[in-house]
Amino acid sequence: MSEYLTVTVDGERVTAVPGQTVAALLIGLGRRSWRTTRGEGRPRGIFCGIGVCFDCLVVVNGEPDVRACRRRVADGDAIRVQHGAQTPS
Amino acid sequence: MTVHPPVTVVGAGPAGLAAASAATAAGARVRLIDAEPSPGGQYLRGDALGRAYDGAKVHGARVPDGVDYLPDTEVWALEPLPGGGARLHLRTGPADGSGGAVGAGRADPVGRPGPSTGRTTGEPDAAPPSGTTADDRPGPMGVRSAPSTRPRADDGRAAPLEATSTVAVHTVDAPVLVLATGAHDRVLPFPGWDLPGVVTAGAAQALAKSQRTAIGHNAVVAGTGPFLLPVARSLHGVGARVAAVLEAGAPVSGWLGDPGGAAAGLGKLGELAGHTAALARRRVPYRTRTAVIEAHGDGALEAVTTARLDPRWRPLPGTERTIAADALCLGFGFTPRLEAAIAAGCATSGGFVRVDAAQATSARGVFAAGEPTGIGGAALAAAEGEVAGTAAARAAGHPVAPPLGALRRVRTGRRFAAGLAAAHPIGPGWKEWPRDDTLVCRCEEVALRDLHAAARSAPGGRAFRLASRAGLGLCQGRVCGRNTAELIGLTDEDARRFDRRPIAVPIRLGDLADDT
Ligand SMILES: Cc1cc2nc3c(=O)[nH]c(=O)nc-3n(C[C@H](O)[C@H](O)[C@H](O)COP(=O)(O)OP(=O)(O)OC[C@H]3O[C@@H](n4cnc5c(N)ncnc54)[C@H](O)[C@@H]3O)c2cc1C
Ligand code: FES
Repeated sequence: MSEYLTVTVDGERVTAVPGQTVAALLIGLGRRSWRTTRGEGRPRGIFCGIGVCFDCLVVVNGEPDVRACRRRVADGDAIRVQHGAQTPS
Repeated sequence: MTVHPPVTVVGAGPAGLAAASAATAAGARVRLIDAEPSPGGQYLRGDALGRAYDGAKVHGARVPDGVDYLPDTEVWALEPLPGGGARLHLRTGPADGSGGAVGAGRADPVGRPGPSTGRTTGEPDAAPPSGTTADDRPGPMGVRSAPSTRPRADDGRAAPLEATSTVAVHTVDAPVLVLATGAHDRVLPFPGWDLPGVVTAGAAQALAKSQRTAIGHNAVVAGTGPFLLPVARSLHGVGARVAAVLEAGAPVSGWLGDPGGAAAGLGKLGELAGHTAALARRRVPYRTRTAVIEAHGDGALEAVTTARLDPRWRPLPGTERTIAADALCLGFGFTPRLEAAIAAGCATSGGFVRVDAAQATSARGVFAAGEPTGIGGAALAAAEGEVAGTAAARAAGHPVAPPLGALRRVRTGRRFAAGLAAAHPIGPGWKEWPRDDTLVCRCEEVALRDLHAAARSAPGGRAFRLASRAGLGLCQGRVCGRNTAELIGLTDEDARRFDRRPIAVPIRLGDLADDT
């Protein structure tokens, strides 16, 4: 396994470490929220940290509703913020 | 020759690992299932960075030799088997990746199908085994996609779907089952608690311990119970400043008032004294009878308002102070993860799975250990796991000696836990913290005033839940269930509805289609 992974976050190329969660990557980049709620578009980020609350949803490679606190970054992942209820793109 | 059924353990935290180890020692074949990529659960979680996670080898926590270990595997549904135990529906692969039918919608927790875009033509590089029979495991592949075959998305556009991630959905029968699914933090609502930057104490802990990441630069840790102390210390460890630790109840030393509890937890008290000393050296203020009653920020947390509390946890007017913070880490004890046990038919009482001295639940062939049976920390969880694993091996037909040492540790541990619970009760005055427009259910965005309106128009149980929509969102009431029940004054029976979740982990419809 290589030492570093290259992924994109909202189109920008960034480096991640094997074993890193998407949430830790985003927090490390200074992000605090990466989703808006379905109803009133409120900003959300990580909350429970262990996959229970579904607050931290993010779009990975076009797939919405991925829990950022549980998903490990894989090389080449394209990570995007999630707005409201999103269907796969 | 009689064929002994295997012992299946769900959860690889302190309880599950101890159960697997005891059952193996008793001669049972053991299968250990856990959602995380590496063993340890919440307490033993190690540093997950910079190492390949090749299962059993990583971290401080070790899977006993000979155990059939399935990491990265969520039990998403479970149904009782007629002869005892349960049939488990599993999903192995990257969290929330999709399976055979890539691009299909997600099953809505209340049973409505999600928006389905149908199947895409591309097959994932390793399809889940079709026609999987009970007791089959997925092949070694089919659980992760090979990075080399993944298309790059350098231009930032979403990569083609078929390459995202590969998930295998399969079913195993577990006639003898140990459930050790742990707990999650309880958080009480107040204005601003849904701002980004407000997290559970456990989230801050997990990020610090296994991801070496500080949730913020300047953190306030608040809530109740001894867990706040190690969290503050871990935050320091990853470079965050801790502006204050706020304990809503009496100081931790309050346990000393209960001689039985204090004596039982001597080791634990020593550990806590270490945390307290470390925080004192860094001059972190530790305030008791104080809580955060409002979080402020434009789009994310910028400051918190704290207040002194009366013994019932009602804020004392005139004691408010505002302090700057970009992270607020909240923990008001833990809520057990009961959904698997309830689906297996285990009776609960007082919000926990009911077990006998051998950790046997009311469901035949099903044992439970650790946080689902009562909150008492990692040492108690491990002792219960050892008892459960031994009893499960016995149920699988292996002769065993009673685990006397573990039984004794369970007894003392429970005394300590009872002392702890008595010293850190949740004060009913918290119900004055949320305002009318404070969200209680974060998923469905249900405010306190909506709850009250629903309670008036549809009193009681199911009707109330449907009218308010509280607890019907993605988390299925895991976060808001208890709070809603207490705010509205639901009966125990109605409150328990929040714990009944047929599907433990929402899964994508495409995966369902492949579950044979
Ligand atoms: C986020 C968090 C952090 C914590 N950190 C600490 C700490 O640093 N120190 C401390 O003393 N205590 C900590 N605790 C308290 C902790 O709960 C106990 O100390 C101890 O870990 C309990 O052990 P357990 O075996 O009962 O459960 P856990 O350690 O929680 O293990 C349960 C395991 O079951 C798995 N699981 C649950 N449901 C499923 C499912 N449906 N399918 C598959 N797998 C499943 C989970 O992934 C987890 O690995 C923490 C709690 C939380 C919630
Ligand atoms: S933070 Fe709760 S599910 Fe990810």
